[in-house]
Amino acid sequence: MATIYIENKPYEAREGRNLLEACLDLGFNIPYFCWHPAIGSVGACRQCAVKHFRDEHDTKGRIVMSCMTQVKDGMRISVDDPEVLEFRKSVIEWLMLNHPHDCPVCDEGGECHLQDMTVMTGHVYRRTRFRKRTYNNQYLGPLVNHEMNRCIQCYRCVRFYKDYAGGRDLNVFSAHDHVYFGRYEDGTLESEFSGNLIEICPTGVFTDKTLKHHYTRKWDLQSAPSVCVHCSLGCNTMPGERYGYLRRVLNRFNFNVNGYFLCDRGRFGYLFVNSPDRVKVPLLKNKAAEPAKATPGDIGDFFSRSFHFGMRAIGIGSPRASLESNFALRTLVGPESFYLGMSAVDYRLVSLITDIMKQMPAAIASLEDIRNCDAVFVLGEDITNTAPLADLAVRCASRQGPLKKLDAEGIARWNDLALGYIAQGELGPVFIATPARTKLDDIAAGSFRGAPQDLAAFGFAVAHALDAESQQAGAFSEAELDLISNIADALRKAERPLVICGTGCKSEAVITAAADIIETLNAGGGSAMLSCIVPECNSLGLILIGGGSMEDVLSAAGGHIDTAVILEQDLYSLAERSSVDSFFSKVENVIVFDYLPSESTSRADLLLPAATFAESSGTLVNNEARAQRFYSAFPPTEGVRDSWRWIADMLQAAGNTEAASWNTIDDITESLAVALPAFQGVTGIAPPAGFRISGMMVPRQHHRHSGRTAMHADISIREPEVYNDAASALAFSMEGYENIPPPSLIARYWSSGWNSVQALSKFQSEIGAHLRGGDPGVRLITQRDYLIFALREKTARRTGHKSGEWTVVPLYHIFGSEKMSMFSAPIAGLAPKPYLALNGEEIRHLKIAEGDMVVVTGKHTHLELPLTRNDSLPRGVAGLPYGLPGIYWFDFSAKYRIGRPGSAIS
Amino acid sequence: MRYWLDIGMTTEKPLTRNIRPGGPPCNLQEYEKSGGYLGLRKALAGHHQDVVDMVVNANLLGRGGAGFPAGKKWSVVPMGASAPRPKYVVCNFDEMEPGSFKDRFLAEGDPHQLIEGMIIAGYAIEAQIGYIFIRKDYLKAERILRDAINEAYSKKYLGQDILGSGFNFELHLHGSAGRYICGESSALLNALEGGRAIPRSRPPHMSSVGLWGKPTVVNNVETICNVPHIAANGPEWFKGLSYTDEGGTKIYGASGRVRTLGAWELPMGTPLREILEDHAGGMQEGYEFRGVMPGGASSEFITTEHLDARMDFASMRTVDSHLGTGTLIVLDDRNCPIGMVLSLQRYFSRESCGWCTPCREGLPWIVQMLEALEEGRGTMEDIEILKSHTRLLETGNTFCTLAPAAMFSLESALRHFSEDFEEHVKKGRCPYKS
Repeated sequence: MATIYIENKPYEAREGRNLLEACLDLGFNIPYFCWHPAIGSVGACRQCAVKHFRDEHDTKGRIVMSCMTQVKDGMRISVDDPEVLEFRKSVIEWLMLNHPHDCPVCDEGGECHLQDMTVMTGHVYRRTRFRKRTYNNQYLGPLVNHEMNRCIQCYRCVRFYKDYAGGRDLNVFSAHDHVYFGRYEDGTLESEFSGNLIEICPTGVFTDKTLKHHYTRKWDLQSAPSVCVHCSLGCNTMPGERYGYLRRVLNRFNFNVNGYFLCDRGRFGYLFVNSPDRVKVPLLKNKAAEPAKATPGDIGDFFSRSFHFGMRAIGIGSPRASLESNFALRTLVGPESFYLGMSAVDYRLVSLITDIMKQMPAAIASLEDIRNCDAVFVLGEDITNTAPLADLAVRCASRQGPLKKLDAEGIARWNDLALGYIAQGELGPVFIATPARTKLDDIAAGSFRGAPQDLAAFGFAVAHALDAESQQAGAFSEAELDLISNIADALRKAERPLVICGTGCKSEAVITAAADIIETLNAGGGSAMLSCIVPECNSLGLILIGGGSMEDVLSAAGGHIDTAVILEQDLYSLAERSSVDSFFSKVENVIVFDYLPSESTSRADLLLPAATFAESSGTLVNNEARAQRFYSAFPPTEGVRDSWRWIADMLQAAGNTEAASWNTIDDITESLAVALPAFQGVTGIAPPAGFRISGMMVPRQHHRHSGRTAMHADISIREPEVYNDAASALAFSMEGYENIPPPSLIARYWSSGWNSVQALSKFQSEIGAHLRGGDPGVRLITQRDYLIFALREKTARRTGHKSGEWTVVPLYHIFGSEKMSMFSAPIAGLAPKPYLALNGEEIRHLKIAEGDMVVVTGKHTHLELPLTRNDSLPRGVAGLPYGLPGIYWFDFSAKYRIGRPGSAIS
Repeated sequence: MRYWLDIGMTTEKPLTRNIRPGGPPCNLQEYEKSGGYLGLRKALAGHHQDVVDMVVNANLLGRGGAGFPAGKKWSVVPMGASAPRPKYVVCNFDEMEPGSFKDRFLAEGDPHQLIEGMIIAGYAIEAQIGYIFIRKDYLKAERILRDAINEAYSKKYLGQDILGSGFNFELHLHGSAGRYICGESSALLNALEGGRAIPRSRPPHMSSVGLWGKPTVVNNVETICNVPHIAANGPEWFKGLSYTDEGGTKIYGASGRVRTLGAWELPMGTPLREILEDHAGGMQEGYEFRGVMPGGASSEFITTEHLDARMDFASMRTVDSHLGTGTLIVLDDRNCPIGMVLSLQRYFSRESCGWCTPCREGLPWIVQMLEALEEGRGTMEDIEILKSHTRLLETGNTFCTLAPAAMFSLESALRHFSEDFEEHVKKGRCPYKS
């Protein structure tokens, strides 16, 4: 630590940080624009000026930019020297010369960093009388709105979009007072991370188009800490609601997980909550007529009909439902009758991953770990589309090499300009082995293409190359062997090597190969890390609860089943159609909980409306076994309930006494921890429902929340009673504790004078680092439980290519491959239509034109799809977009034939 | 423009001895005949460090305008086997300082002098590659240099194993896309790399992390042109050329309502009055002298009280101005000083790269206020705001020195011609326009 003198008073600051960070850490409010904790300093805006004095005798000093000045022991500065104050005020005056002052109609108003900084510097009077400069705005797609006149040219947008996130279609054009931030021409932003521009932009140039449709000020949004449900990474979010509809999702900082950013699926997928198709009322199917609205009496009757003594009931859990709902269902039907609502292959793969994690818990990488790795090998996973924030983290990792060069020059890592001069676009080693080209290949030092089995063989070959003792695997070309040895070399030389794999290829061998590499690297006590991507937001939690597989469900249907309870899942996306049909036909009473209609909901005898993540509370376990709590941002409409509350009613109907005590999440997690010790950590992830600070709850509403007495006046002039949320320490109210709450209860960032998301720094122990009080979430797998991995087969044979036969691999799309977000209209609009992709050479060979229909046939499959060309696919491998409506389920392990429709396929 | 060269003086003129104003450039044979490439032969016979020491001892100050000692710049480049490679020498030929045309004069007249200087500079810092970054509009100079570089390659002055010394040096000519900011040496490097021409922050210094991240030295054309002569004749001779302790001769020039427009090679430290009266021939008939910017648009007005000051870097600072490029812009009594400053501020405002706020936003506002004053719409408050800008746009407050240098003319005009500013407001029009 260094001692710095601010206004001649000594303060402790960490050496190597810049003065801006140090001063903000110490609680001094220094205005800034171009600096951002995640993207460093460039000294462009000149807003963060402070006075620097040579020594205690220097009374004149000189103005320096605090963001570009490194903390040194004994340094003397002034943050409120009159000259500095005048200069900072002038910077705002300059920025305001051309700013449109359209705050009343600007979406950023009320949470605008420019507003905050303007107030902070005290610039209040406009002295210029000249015409303002104006720009044309661009259409940037359905997610992000563009309003260039508001721009203050801080350059943060392009620095995030291009330098940090690897985007190519947003840039700065022109010069002098006409610099323009936008695309070369109008069009949808191509980056998966474009939504972060909304939070990166200090003013209203880039705003949330989905919020704009029903605009609400920040202070009128009711919000709660939440966790993203659109992939397995568990990014922390803050959904905001008004008038019973979810209006937007903002990033919620978690140092270990998402940091400052979200992907566009996570940010804009939320609209499924507002879908007009939502299941809002309980529906009971009568033998004769259409399903009718069920009364509480009907439901009670149905429950007792379904669960009386001696009846056989099974439960099918869901990887997108909370631990609590899944555990409640398991309690209802008993562990032996609880099945995990995952496809057979996902069940095997996630089980394998869980076993691997248990064997080497220390090596499991969080997103923060990934960001700090200095050599990365991605095996079999298109992380840009299956786990987008992992892509962003790998892009950070690729800068670790260049950052070391900065260290060698004695320049601090926050100096983003120096990094550019020194790195010269050079990146650290990232290698990719996937069936087809991925976006991350842009930064790859080497890539390999193959069918899943080939990828596994390639992975094992890398492990072999790392182990001097073992024999080099055959069946690879000279160039491939070079690549293998380059990868092994990079991983061996790295201080923190990382391998990323996942369930994306639907191949156990790929995952085993990835683990084998880590095991080989760490054989002598290394620090290599592994990251495994799993399909959904609670896939890992579900496996940790444990239960039968989908295959077991279908075979269980061979015997007699009276009642099947299906939790937030569509069985038709988990198994082959005819087998699901036959399952439904054999079950007497089908009870389905869900929030959106599916084929399974249409088979329900009793369909119960479940609350989405935004209206319910619970716990999800992410891909690194981190259990995280999400809270309802707003109460569900009448009739819609948390699934576990419905199940608790069934339990009571079935005479279970434990469920009678389940009033809060805490009650049920306690039962969970008792029943399944693996979940003991879950009980401590958030303060209990009874938690109070000075007797107060933590409010979900801003203290400036408006319209409370007016918003329901069209229905009744009586102000509705505040919805009593006994389930958590958060209140559906504007009243409560206004200061910084415990980290897992942060519902918004706000601090006096800091209305924008930049207020976050007030919640951090140190700028850019952990939240005060620690980052929320608990890793459930931390100890070596048992060893089974060593017994697995550690080789894979390369697939031979047989003419006329294809392996079909899933191709992932950030917009399209995840079911819930497809109920968000803007996201559905960006998703591809179903297609079949083949290498151009094979297309020529088939004599079918691109765009023409082809037929894919297999044992249970007959799909007619338009043909597209993807030259990165190897021979004998066809690509099929994963998870699109209409092809939710597909057997990727089988071989297929491809031909012209109507023609006989030999 | 017609160039005029004073050949009547007896002092030595190493830089311009081969230049035939209006005539063809000095070719390789002529250059060799006049003693060209002798400096290179001498330099190659010695050690790299000897060349650096010579330039240090000669006290050759950078002729681009800042007057930084060239030898000092060279001596901090990492040397030896462990130094990063390749290293670069870049010649800043982006001559866009309003009122300046000396570099063009040198390169068009005697291109081999520049090429020889580049090779010697390359040898001094063990560079492998040189670039001449040339202003977009200098098409004639570009053609002349291209031909001369080819000549030099054909005679093995460039390329592999130069003159059998084992030293290899490639020289490229690179055309600017045309921005004044490219004359800022670090912005020049960004432009050369194909990026936006935005100045760089220090650290890292270009001497260790420059072009494409490698050690780089950037020098002005006139600076480089002096190098062959120092190498050939030694530092003592070079220092003897000057009236002061800043070594060598200097190309001075003049524009405005003087009798003789032109550029003259004179001893460094020649008094301003001598240049103005003897070489430029004093004011034209019917025009009175009001002030002069001694170093192009990025220097402060000097009025009659300081006309006896010497034109070198140190002396100009003592009279609150800058030597800059040493090319005088003379203001007379029939042209409006506000109009003149407005014209300059328009230029600086347009040429701002747009990176930092004070320059990008402050300069256009200054232009708006000066326009208002010139058109009779100005207010006394405008004058106050203009004054505050000369302080607010100081070095250190901005990212580079473009805006601070732009303030030199405005600040000195407000100081020397304050009555003109006030008259514009009081009369509600420009008194110089009828």
